[in-house]
Order: sequence, then structure tokens, then C-alpha cells
Amino acid sequence: MLRIGSDLVAAIVAHARADHPDEACGVIAGPGGTDRPERFIPMRNAARSPTFYEFDSGDLLALYRELDERDEVPVVIYHSHTATEAHPSRTDIDLAGEPDAHYVLISTRETGTEDGPFELRSFRIVDGVVSEEPVQIDGTFE
Amino acid sequence: MPVEVRVPTILRPLTGGAKVVTARGETLAAVVADLDGTYPGIGERLLDDSGLRRFVNIYINDEDVRFLAGLQTKVADQDSITILPAVAGG
Repeated sequence: MLRIGSDLVAAIVAHARADHPDEACGVIAGPGGTDRPERFIPMRNAARSPTFYEFDSGDLLALYRELDERDEVPVVIYHSHTATEAHPSRTDIDLAGEPDAHYVLISTRETGTEDGPFELRSFRIVDGVVSEEPVQIDGTFE
Repeated sequence: MPVEVRVPTILRPLTGGAKVVTARGETLAAVVADLDGTYPGIGERLLDDSGLRRFVNIYINDEDVRFLAGLQTKVADQDSITILPAVAGG
């Protein structure tokens, strides 16, 4: 299960809407060993694409150095799908490199840049195997 | 002189859980070969037939080796090497 604050969910949604129709991506860091997402870190999508995302390699190194210095880990790695459902694609599964992270997907296909209902789901991706998990937002079950 | 190599979570099962290991070599290719000798299997996680895998990033100090000389980049004493899987998807 992913437990996440409603403010962090709102931040993911806002980022995804702002970058629509390109995919938005980022990390929510938390203290190592806690599985608690706390610090929202939006990243640039170096691919600037509606069908692909990739952290810039320099940004990636800076991110991991900062996480190490703060004894944090990437608890959540999020990205948006802008024309398809909030489920990992074949590429997402092939490239998933953080077996301990919650991979959060949000779809903006229904509302684009506008407010409205959103689809947000969370997955574990380990050795090519995807398992969806419940998302608990600030104590309410979604 | 050995260089320090930082290993990402996903490869730590191959290093007995170690986050930082040491290796030797005058080029990045030699360092990777040395690593693979010590931790068999790590080489193929980093390289494919065409060289460094597209979605693996290796940095020497602060530089992505793709902006240096790739696997032929010279490695000096006390350099620090960092391996990070790309964070990417579709």
C-alpha cells in the first residue's frame, strides 16, 4: 500500500496538468527505511514528449547526490500518461530501475490541463513484474 | 590505485548489498571488466553488444561518460564513479 498526503497528490496532479500534453515526471523523497513520501521534487522531462519521459542525466546525478546527503530515498517515482490509462506501459516496466519505489501513474487523458476528476494509481515494478497496490490518501481510502 | 564505485539499489544484489565498492582500471571499460570479475553478472547489466546500455548512466566524478569518451574514458586515481539507472518510461 502507498500512504501519501493529499497535498502531495495535489502537487502531482498540478504538475501533470501543467505539462499536459507532454508527460510530467518527478520523485517524492522520504527518509530511508520509512516508506514515507514527504518531499516533492518535480523533475524536467528531458524527452519533452507526450509518449516518453526521462530525467535529464545531469539532473539525475544531482538528485541522487542530494538524496544520499539527506539520507533519503525515492519513495515515489511518478509520471503522467496523457493519452492512455494510469497503468505502466511496456516501456515503463522494462525500464523500471527502483525495486523499492512506488511507481505512481496519473492520467490526464480525460481532463488535459483542466481541473476535474483524475485517475491516479500506484504500482510496484520488480524484475518485470507489475503489482498494483491500494493508495491511501491522508487516511481516506481511494 | 582503486577507484570508488557507487552501485544503485537494483544492482546491489550482485555486490552482496554493498552500496560502494572499489575497482581498478585505467579506463572505464577496464573498471567495468574488473567489477565483473569481482561481481559476476554486473558487466552485462551495464553493457550490451553496442557498448554502454542506453538506459544506464555512468558518471565519472560529475560528468556523464557519454559526454566524455564513453567506455574509453580514462579513469584516474581517486576518481569517483557513480552508476545510476535512467529514470525513464513511456
